[in-house]
Amino acid sequence: MKSSSRKNSHEWEAERLEPPPVPDLSGPWRGTGRFSFSPPTPPLPAMSWNRKHLLDIESLTTDEILTVLDTARAFKAVGERAIKKVPALRGKTVVNLFIEPSTRTRISFQLSEQRLSADIINFTAEASSLKKGETLKDTARNLEALNADFIVIRHSASGAPHFLARVLNASIINAGDGAHEHPTQALLDTFTIREKKGRIAGLNITILGDVLYSRVARSDLWALTKLGAKVTFCGPSTLVPREFEQMGARVTHDVEEAIRDADIINLLRIQHERQRKTMFPSLGEYTSLFGLNKDRLARTKPDALIMHPGPINRGVEIDSEIADCPRSVILEQVTNGLAVRMAVLFLVNGGKGPQEISA
Amino acid sequence: MGCCRAGRDELMPERTVILNAPAIQRALTRIAHEIAERNEAGNEVVLVGIQRGGVALAQRLGHLLSGIWGHSVQVGKLDVSMHRDDLDQRVAPEVQPTVIPFDVTDKTVVLVDDVLYSGRTTRAAMDALNDFGRPKRIQLAVLVDRGHRELPVKADFVGKNLPTAQSETVRVHLAETGEADEVVLEKELP
Repeated sequence: MKSSSRKNSHEWEAERLEPPPVPDLSGPWRGTGRFSFSPPTPPLPAMSWNRKHLLDIESLTTDEILTVLDTARAFKAVGERAIKKVPALRGKTVVNLFIEPSTRTRISFQLSEQRLSADIINFTAEASSLKKGETLKDTARNLEALNADFIVIRHSASGAPHFLARVLNASIINAGDGAHEHPTQALLDTFTIREKKGRIAGLNITILGDVLYSRVARSDLWALTKLGAKVTFCGPSTLVPREFEQMGARVTHDVEEAIRDADIINLLRIQHERQRKTMFPSLGEYTSLFGLNKDRLARTKPDALIMHPGPINRGVEIDSEIADCPRSVILEQVTNGLAVRMAVLFLVNGGKGPQEISA
Repeated sequence: MGCCRAGRDELMPERTVILNAPAIQRALTRIAHEIAERNEAGNEVVLVGIQRGGVALAQRLGHLLSGIWGHSVQVGKLDVSMHRDDLDQRVAPEVQPTVIPFDVTDKTVVLVDDVLYSGRTTRAAMDALNDFGRPKRIQLAVLVDRGHRELPVKADFVGKNLPTAQSETVRVHLAETGEADEVVLEKELP
């Protein structure tokens, strides 16, 4: 697929059917075959998605990312109808295997699957036999014995989805693995930015906060840089080491400088649960040095948008009133998450191609 | 759908023009008059083009019908990808926008497509349309009926009945997609 032909697809918003004007049957098109009520649109190429799994963003091509985003646009429209359900996955079984606690991602996946008419099994670590000593592989094979077609997995170990993709026949979707990747979050972030700004290429995107432990930061970095954005990581030096420059990010520890030219400020939650030792003296100090408050917001571009993957810690990484201000698109991210996850399930359902899974 | 193919592309298929630009225009004008004849005043008639090939045809029929009836005719477009019956047997289709900016409940909906072949797209379209309301009736208008039905589907309005072999391909080119108006039958050389 040529990426140039994709440029037409973000004209959807502008595309509205005008009521037909009074026809001019003697018009120049008559008898010539020309009919010029709308500009000619070149035919779009065939879909560029042939993957059975969605394991990470790092291995996706730019066209594959754009395919998900374009497909998600159609699924967002489904969510705006009176009947929000389509039969695309009718008769398919999806297992939501959430070995690590999650509320919003799990609920988002569940509703996406229900809107595609799939049958769902929910499986959480607390209630599972993993507590009784069963291995991940045995758990997964038992789930596959139920003829699951898709397994959506959240796991605290990086690479757990890749492992399942090697040992099982089902399609695997990574809903977050350790501090490695969270591909659907990156896709919904990218979808939201593209919808709001009309493009990704050339934008300055600052990711502020706990980058070290953040799979969202890594997945966002891959997705956004592949689409031509400039990504800056900012936070305390203990949480934002210089090593991220090798992945293509700009790294700074000066929050004023990081947000000055940003088109998007994506805030990350301080993940207490992943920090094995204290990475900064106190939450209060983090807030005063790196928290987004009114004064800092006043020094950003007037059209800079604020994003957050949630759950937000009001008064820590973001001031409460900023979280609710018009420049915050945090709740739209939640809505777009449904559309993106529906698109991923829809695309993976058709993917039969060989998968490259590194060991 | 834009083209209904069976068999593989060859480098040089034998190419026969079935309808040229004036013939397509005459066929659409006739279909418009048949729709008008069947649905007298047309107050409750809306057109819905099936993505991708039916969308431009529905627009043209809308213009023709508004000329006949003397009032504007609402035209929408419908993508049936999410309602197909072969989604797990193929690469996911490219989903095009569905825009139906009116209520279809109690309306006569004329579905418009370029080529009627197996009838599976029409079934999916009727299924998809149900998510938008309960039409009073659904009618089907196609530019070309090439036969080989796999479902009990019949068009109400047909531009051209074209007996084909399943190995042949019918391609509908329209000015709206930047080509000259033309319906072509492609036959692979043995």
